[in-house]
Amino acid sequence: MKNAEEIFEILKQQFGDSILVMDKDSPTEPIINIAPLQIHKIAAFLRETEGLKFDSLMCLSGVDDANGTKVKDADGYDTIQGGTLSVYYHLDSVELRHKITLKVSTDRENPQVESVENVWRCADWHEREAFDMYGIVFLNHSDLRRILMPYDWEAGYPLRKDYKNPEFYQGMKVPY
Amino acid sequence: MGLLDKEFSDGNIVIAPVEDVLNWARLSSIWQLGFGLACCAIEMMATSASHYDFDRFGVIPRNTPRQADAIIISGTVTLKMATRIKRLYEQIPDPKYIISMGSCSNCGGPYWEHGYHVLKGIDRVIPVDVYVPGCPPRPEALLEGLLKLRDKIRHETLRKKSV
Repeated sequence: MKNAEEIFEILKQQFGDSILVMDKDSPTEPIINIAPLQIHKIAAFLRETEGLKFDSLMCLSGVDDANGTKVKDADGYDTIQGGTLSVYYHLDSVELRHKITLKVSTDRENPQVESVENVWRCADWHEREAFDMYGIVFLNHSDLRRILMPYDWEAGYPLRKDYKNPEFYQGMKVPY
Repeated sequence: MGLLDKEFSDGNIVIAPVEDVLNWARLSSIWQLGFGLACCAIEMMATSASHYDFDRFGVIPRNTPRQADAIIISGTVTLKMATRIKRLYEQIPDPKYIISMGSCSNCGGPYWEHGYHVLKGIDRVIPVDVYVPGCPPRPEALLEGLLKLRDKIRHETLRKKSV
């Protein structure tokens, strides 16, 4: 069993610049920030290494940080330009009984994160959901399609803070 | 004097208009499409179970729309599901009836404002015969809705009201 600080030190030693900072002051557990295009090898390391053995991805979730600048478009709606979208990974080791939270942040305009689908199999649908709701593209994912919204949904990504619902979908009126 | 006037002494013969007999047959065996969407479906299943006993009105679930007479829209209709419901509805042979059960399928329910994925009322896609209010409606309310539908079928006719 290791605490977050020890895990952070091991990762820092192994991967150096790919590990950014650890956010210890969050009201939840400590969060380790990681570069978005390095997450796959770090995930594989966390899973396989003796003494870490993170065998379970409890949850993978997308977040719209909404930290860009707000711009009004022609119709008076707020749109957000710049800033980041994030992905959080909640890991657990059933064997060693310790937990850690990872976070990667990526550009809102071109959100790309490496897939961890072949490290934890359950990441497959979680990543599809994050893609469906936030438009985060998971590189090397084997089947990155929408999972909840209809496949032909063209109105964008519903859980982004500046999402605007369409008037019609397949001839059906959407607003109340 | 007619040819068959008072020819039969058998008490089992009933004389009735064809329309009344057809309507009686239709309203006495409304086979519903086995179709549940959300928490309303739990109440619908409770209505089908022994305590409330939907079967006493001849309502039994069928597994294919081709053998069904009615469909109970029991729950939240997402836009994705609405396209499927429309197809199921079109596969039910005429005459077909629709009960919209619960606030969600009546008008969008609690998702009316921020439900980006919810159809705000099933009547935007298919015609509804009876609306049952509630969130979810109790089995008694669904039974009341069914009785309303039976009344509606009982008074169906080909003729116009005033000739």
